[in-house]
Amino acid sequence: MDLVQLQRQFVDYRTSLYHEGFLDEQFTQLQELQDENNPDFVVEVVSLFFEDSERLLNELARALEQQSIDYKRIDAHVHQLKGSSSSIGAQRVQKVCIAFRNYCEEQNVEGCLKCLQQVRHEYSLVKTKLESLFQVRLPCRREIFFLSKMVLP
Amino acid sequence: MLCCWIASMMSMNCLINCQFKCTEASLLGDSGTKMWFKCWDIISTYSFKIHHHYYQFIGSKRVSKTWWRKLLLSWVIGWTVVSIWIFCYMSSQATEKRRETLASMCDERARMLQDQFNVSMNHIQAMSILISTFHHGKNPSAIDQMTFARYTERTAFERPLTSGVAYAVRVLHSEREQFEKHQGWTIKRMDTLEKNPVHKDDYNPDLFEPSPIQEEYAPVIFAQDIISHVISIDLLSGKEDRENVLRARKSGKGVLTAPFPLLKTNRLGVILTFAVYKRDLPSNATPNERIQATNGYLGGVFDVESLVEKLLHQLASKQTILVNVLDTTNRSYPISMYGSNASDDGLELVSHLNFGDPFRKHEMRCRFKQKPPWPWLAITTSIGILVIALLVGHIFHAAVNRIAKVEDDCHKMMELKKQAEAADVAKSQFLATVSHEIRTPMNGVLGMLHMLMDTDLDVTQLDYVRTAQASGKALVALINEVLDQAKIESGKLELEEVQFDLRAVLDDVLSLFSGKAQDKGVELAVFISDQVPETLIGDPGRFRQIITNLMGNSIKFTEKGHIHVTVHLVEEVIDSIEVETESSSNNTLSGFPVADRLQSWKGFRTFSQEGSIHPFSDSINIIVSVEDTGEGIPIEAQSRVFTPFMQVGPSISRTHGGTGIGLSISKCLVNLMKGEIGFVSIPKIGSTFTFTAGFTSGSSSSKEYKSQQINNQTNSVSSEFRGKRALVVDPRSVRAKVSRYHIQRLGIHVEVVSDWKQGLSSISQGGSAFNMVLIEQEVWDQDLNGSAHFIDNLEKRAITTPKVFLLSNSISSSRANTTTSGVCNLTVIPKPLRASMLAASLQRAMGDGNKGNPRNGELPSLSLQNLLPGRKILIVDDNNVNLKVAAGALKKYGADVVSASRGMEAIELLTPPHRFDACFMDIQMPEMDGFEATKRIRDSEQNINDRIHFGELSVETYNNISNWHVPILAMTADVIQATHEECLRRIRSESVGRTSVHDLLMASVQPPLLWHALRYLNKSQFFPREKNVFL
Repeated sequence: MDLVQLQRQFVDYRTSLYHEGFLDEQFTQLQELQDENNPDFVVEVVSLFFEDSERLLNELARALEQQSIDYKRIDAHVHQLKGSSSSIGAQRVQKVCIAFRNYCEEQNVEGCLKCLQQVRHEYSLVKTKLESLFQVRLPCRREIFFLSKMVLP
Repeated sequence: MLCCWIASMMSMNCLINCQFKCTEASLLGDSGTKMWFKCWDIISTYSFKIHHHYYQFIGSKRVSKTWWRKLLLSWVIGWTVVSIWIFCYMSSQATEKRRETLASMCDERARMLQDQFNVSMNHIQAMSILISTFHHGKNPSAIDQMTFARYTERTAFERPLTSGVAYAVRVLHSEREQFEKHQGWTIKRMDTLEKNPVHKDDYNPDLFEPSPIQEEYAPVIFAQDIISHVISIDLLSGKEDRENVLRARKSGKGVLTAPFPLLKTNRLGVILTFAVYKRDLPSNATPNERIQATNGYLGGVFDVESLVEKLLHQLASKQTILVNVLDTTNRSYPISMYGSNASDDGLELVSHLNFGDPFRKHEMRCRFKQKPPWPWLAITTSIGILVIALLVGHIFHAAVNRIAKVEDDCHKMMELKKQAEAADVAKSQFLATVSHEIRTPMNGVLGMLHMLMDTDLDVTQLDYVRTAQASGKALVALINEVLDQAKIESGKLELEEVQFDLRAVLDDVLSLFSGKAQDKGVELAVFISDQVPETLIGDPGRFRQIITNLMGNSIKFTEKGHIHVTVHLVEEVIDSIEVETESSSNNTLSGFPVADRLQSWKGFRTFSQEGSIHPFSDSINIIVSVEDTGEGIPIEAQSRVFTPFMQVGPSISRTHGGTGIGLSISKCLVNLMKGEIGFVSIPKIGSTFTFTAGFTSGSSSSKEYKSQQINNQTNSVSSEFRGKRALVVDPRSVRAKVSRYHIQRLGIHVEVVSDWKQGLSSISQGGSAFNMVLIEQEVWDQDLNGSAHFIDNLEKRAITTPKVFLLSNSISSSRANTTTSGVCNLTVIPKPLRASMLAASLQRAMGDGNKGNPRNGELPSLSLQNLLPGRKILIVDDNNVNLKVAAGALKKYGADVVSASRGMEAIELLTPPHRFDACFMDIQMPEMDGFEATKRIRDSEQNINDRIHFGELSVETYNNISNWHVPILAMTADVIQATHEECLRRIRSESVGRTSVHDLLMASVQPPLLWHALRYLNKSQFFPREKNVFL
């Protein structure tokens, strides 16, 4: 595969992710933190994010099924999810989390359930996007990394 | 309240009036009394109610308004009633008076009539005695018609009321013929006459018929000429006369007939009849005896009409009243004897007349001729009172309306005022928010610019970046000023209460301006009195801000001369006011004249009321003066110096820049510090700004506070200089004082001389040797020969040759001079003098310096990569992803990162001894949040520090660190005001308790801010208390 082509593909794809609002500056900064000493940093962080988020989403679903809903706990979970999503720059997930927390404060069950649905949707979206992004990257991680260093401001 | 008072006064007045009137009414009129009491009752209950309601609804406008209306209505009605009553009363008084007048007039007339009648009657009685004596008592009779007529005619004046007198004899039927013969006429009867009344003209006695036969007759034999026509007429034949005659002879008294039209004249008259008896009768004789003894009858005709008229003529004011005289023997048919019968329903008064006949009753009725006049007095009085009452009512009404209107207006104004204030607050809040919002990204911009400067740049680029950074800093400074102003205006600004070193603050400020001052060639000096304590508790940042503002202004407007900052205790200044006044104007720092600073605190309250200073409290009031020799403030602009955004003139901002907000902020800050600010300024000479500020003394607990690093430094240095002696050669006492102050701070004993000679003498005679001689550059330059001589002598005379220093204002010129003078061991100390600078210079010169201490502000340049070389950092966050990212970020800069996901873990890890250099902690964590964890860490650190301090624990086991205090930085993703404030609050509350925890910082994981945080961390090795919160 042509390196230049790959590079363009990668950059285009990432730009589209920024444009569609899936990712924000934070992701860029995350990428900046990756260097020779820590070559798999972004992938590690992102997979940690997936792991964490899936666990949290399951917890949330379970908590919302309960007879008496413990809103405090839900709030803590959503806060966690919000923190981690903002850390990797998944801003759409983060935004839904903010709405989720508002509903949680109002103790609105329907709102919470709706938000959980949305969070799930956004999460799966960003997951597929990021996975495909890494799929593009993974074969030639090193090269891409250097390129991205050059391309990024 | 005023309204209420008026209302109460009014009702009181009303009550009093009413009461008064009521008593009056009860005295004068009966009918009115009840009504008045009723009225009073109503009014008093009303007024009570009004009071009650007014107090109850004093706030409610509408209710009070209706009550006012009711009160007004009752007022008007009340006074209308009062005026009507007054009218009635006065008119009745007038009527009464009229009646009384009429009564007295009537009575007077009646009495006169009665008197005159009695006189006439008496005379007639006398005449009857005359007749009985001369007619019947003598035989032949001594009286004939002629004699009688003449006598009666002559004595008529004595009987003004009688129109004629006649005498009739009693003739029995048996004697009739003889009598008729003797008299020569027959007895005639008069009843036909009564039936056919004849006219006066054709009256003829011969027409009378002869009397019919009767038992007895009473023919008239004598008569006055006027009534001579009645001679021979038998009185008993006339109905009236007969009754009269019979009654007269029965009673023996004069009797009267009812009024009847007289014969011939046809006018109304009455006839008085007296009986003439043959012999004297006893007073208690029976009627029969009287009848038997009767000889004849004397009758007098009273022409009542003419009589009364005559009588009335005699009296004045006859025309004002009408008089009627009536015979009321028969009550139901009173017979009018005199006066017109015009019936008038006006005022009529009756007086009884007694004419001596008990059988007949007469009365006199009097009336006024005119109708009673209109009671103008009563009308005008009552109308006047009504008008006054109405006017008063109108005035009250108008007043109430006015008050209501004013109240309404006032309410409106209040509303508007509230709105305006709200708008003002909103403006301030908006300003505060906006400037805060601007500041946040600006920090990012500045941080990035700084990062940019660390990269490889060529000269031009570096210049651009520097310019950009300078502009950015200026912008931030401006925003900070605006934010301060806004905060002050919205009352949000609070002062800190921390311990600080005043001298260090002033040294700092001095260093800030030293460059500018040197560029301009302006001498800058700070003098702090010895009595000002080392440490004070207050807000050093704000204090510094005030000083910076004032000095900044001074620097801006001063081209030559000096800027002199002096700090004293207020008490000290008060005590020494008299001493200060004698200081001459040319005894100043640079020799230029200055504005007298005494004038600047003339208006201060602290000085006017010394009682406000409590000597026993630990509050410390300091007074700071900033004196310059600038261009001064024009007199016309002096009044608005402290108004925000006001500058001396529009051109000023063009020549000198600035927003004109600084002095206003300074004033507010001074006020917050319970102080005052004032100034005196003389154009072309200079200005002196003076302010006072209240702090609390920090000496008592100073050991618990970490004193500032710079102070430590000087302290450590000063221990080297302690006990040494210095000589200052300076002819100007003020400047020498400043030099001495700074040198003394290093623990050096200072002696001041004014010229070379004195200097030499003090050196030669001084017991202990001087270690150093500091010479003012001015002295040096003035007399180069003298200085050379001095240096020569110095080496000869002194036991150990002291080092010689030159105190110089500008470095370049002094260097030039030094070289020309050729003295090699001369060290130049650049002004402005500061303890640290002085110490460094002295150290260097004394040979034992050269420790390689970096100068203030000259931090080792930091680059991103070697910012955290091998430092061990703990990161605490419950979020794995965040933990990872933060750890990644810190690792990138070479740090050795340890992660912890819970607060408890962090506490365990950070319990001394440990090897962590810093800790980054998430604020929001489950189980235990960042604040709580920090608090616990601090507690355990404090505990261990104390135990080490008291020797319970050996320092060796704790890595030889006796003071454990790991910097903890707060991490949060949402950089919002609330969290920031919360951090500040927490920090404050903790610092009040034990040790200052000024290290809870806000940091996001975003690189620019992170970079700042790291930079702070690095810096904190040198200045742990430089700044509380970093954003």
